[in-house]
Amino acid sequence: MYLSLLVFACLVLLPAPGHAVDDGYGYPIPGSYEATILGTPAELAPPAAGKMRTRELVLEVIPQRSKPPLFFYDRGLRCTLAYQPNKAPLVFLIAGAGANHRSAKLLSMMQALYQAGFHVITLPSPTHANFIISASLSRIPGELNEDAADLYHAMEVAWEKVRGEIEVSSFHLGGYSLGAAQSAFVAKLDEERRVFNFRKVLMVNPPVSLYGSAVRIEELLKRIPGGPKKQGIFFNKMLSKFSAFYRAGNFVAINDDFLYAIYSERLFSADQTAGLIGLTYRINLAGMIFASDVMTNSGYVVPKNRVLRSTDSLADYFLVSTHLSFFDYFNEYFFPYFEKRRPGLTREAFIRSLSLRSIEGYLKSSAKFGVMTNENDFILSGEDLDYLRQLFGTRAKIYPRGGHLGNLAYRDNLAYLVAFFSEGVLP
Amino acid sequence: MTTGVAYRLCRIAPALGLLLSLAGCAATGANSRGELPPRHSIDEFRDQRFAEVADPWEGFNRSMYKFNFYFDRYLFLPVVAGYELVTPDVVERRVSGVFNNLGEIKNLANSLFQLKGGESATTLGRFLTNSTLGLGGMFDPATGFGLARQDQDFGRTLGYWGAGSGPYLVLPVFGPSSLRDTAGLAVDSGLSYGLYTWIDPFGGTGNSDALDLGGGALGAVDARHQQSFRYYESGYPFEYYLVRFLYHERREIELGKTRAEEEDEAQGEALH
Repeated sequence: MYLSLLVFACLVLLPAPGHAVDDGYGYPIPGSYEATILGTPAELAPPAAGKMRTRELVLEVIPQRSKPPLFFYDRGLRCTLAYQPNKAPLVFLIAGAGANHRSAKLLSMMQALYQAGFHVITLPSPTHANFIISASLSRIPGELNEDAADLYHAMEVAWEKVRGEIEVSSFHLGGYSLGAAQSAFVAKLDEERRVFNFRKVLMVNPPVSLYGSAVRIEELLKRIPGGPKKQGIFFNKMLSKFSAFYRAGNFVAINDDFLYAIYSERLFSADQTAGLIGLTYRINLAGMIFASDVMTNSGYVVPKNRVLRSTDSLADYFLVSTHLSFFDYFNEYFFPYFEKRRPGLTREAFIRSLSLRSIEGYLKSSAKFGVMTNENDFILSGEDLDYLRQLFGTRAKIYPRGGHLGNLAYRDNLAYLVAFFSEGVLP
Repeated sequence: MTTGVAYRLCRIAPALGLLLSLAGCAATGANSRGELPPRHSIDEFRDQRFAEVADPWEGFNRSMYKFNFYFDRYLFLPVVAGYELVTPDVVERRVSGVFNNLGEIKNLANSLFQLKGGESATTLGRFLTNSTLGLGGMFDPATGFGLARQDQDFGRTLGYWGAGSGPYLVLPVFGPSSLRDTAGLAVDSGLSYGLYTWIDPFGGTGNSDALDLGGGALGAVDARHQQSFRYYESGYPFEYYLVRFLYHERREIELGKTRAEEEDEAQGEALH
């Protein structure tokens, strides 16, 4: 989410260069990192439709949850409902790591499904502060089974809230990135609980192993000169480069033309682009670590027993949290919590449990699953990609390029998404 | 994101000074008994801060950020929602067009203050074209003729002539700003108010006060309608810093300043 808030605020609106490899797939950006940052050029996305009937749901998922004064603005779990006037299937969509219920990616998916006649409810990622504060029982995100249980409960509360207003013919489920892996675990839970009986489940750019993908993203940060501990210096340098480039050219404003020039003149090298992606990930991770620490009073980055108020400066916590890696979180905070609760749990067994492989028997046997991803998605190793191919066979749709989610809003991809849920359900 | 984070509400400035005098509700550090040091603290790290902007009044700014959240929630946004409900989209666009066209006067004045001949000519051309062919700004044929809009304000004029941004400042109602841009906002508002009373568009109606007030209120509602920013909307715990950074950096970059120059002005911001 914060990719769009950073220096690259408007990059996703970029027009694309004309060249394309002739493989019948029209998504134009060949590089994995570039595609991830640039996304889909506006003219290659489906045309924007008319108004959607949408409403924000604010759900009391955990009654009487006590919230510290710092999070005074959090009134409950926020989801978005897009509803049809007639009876229609309902798709639940789960956001990727760190993203809220209105991330650009969720909105693209929601819009495509809505235009095809579906109801949609979008949910924030369990790693997003809003979910940690209002919907996570443990307040410590990342364990797939527990996150799935929290998500399932949130979906039940959401459904309870809207069932009097909309007519639903059947339920579907989808998610992107981390939300894709979570949707597999939610679907598995649904086999026992049977509240929704999900007909179809689509995983968009999922990780195979959470730990493995996190390692691959952390690798990107090593390409920063001096490593991730010097991310601030790196970021400020990139910013200088950005502003000097603006100054040197004859630009009127930070607009599409300017951002296009950055791309076409290759202002940032591959290492720098990778570093910026890694930094964005760290900024998201920082929000998760901080929110979890405040909610659990663990004394991890905030002094234990300190009650932060809404006017207190968080600048130092921001700096500290962004300098913590996924491994810091995992080794010092996340794993110890589960180790205490599950005596005998080893680190290796825990890492294995945070993977699609831990439920592969189920995934293989159930025809409801589908996967959509890209050959050059950097969160997957070659082995991971082969695994997805082998596990899902023809139910895996693998595009030749698009990086990590860069091609999600491309019209072919959204058409595939709609067709996946439509088949056999809509006339 | 085309309008940036700052509200473009320069039409309703008069209450500014009064509201600013409400300053002083800044909070001091909250300490309770039994605090234990955290596992990771700032002393471990030897790095520059990113997204750093001079912000000595952070406590006040955070109070205002919160105030604006409540102001939006209980007053401003419900009114805007009511306006959006009763007004067809086509009409909303025309209203925005008219107010944006009036804003060209401010753009023109400031282009002239910066002695930018080409830009002033473009803006003047836009204003004349859209006021006539565009029926008072309801339509925007000028863009089609290659006359692109060039937003200007007195804060930028001050920056152009060398004024640094000064500390970050979150204004009540108007939102993210800086000391320099607040001064700019006051001047722009004064200029439009002066111009407005001089022209006195509703002077002959016998009901000019009410109509002036109505016009001003509609302008404010339209400005908020055009601005999609919502306080705390992201839910990200450090949203305040990202908003601050985006506001500041966009302004500075569009002024043509590089980061190095800014740091010279701010005497360097490296930690330790």
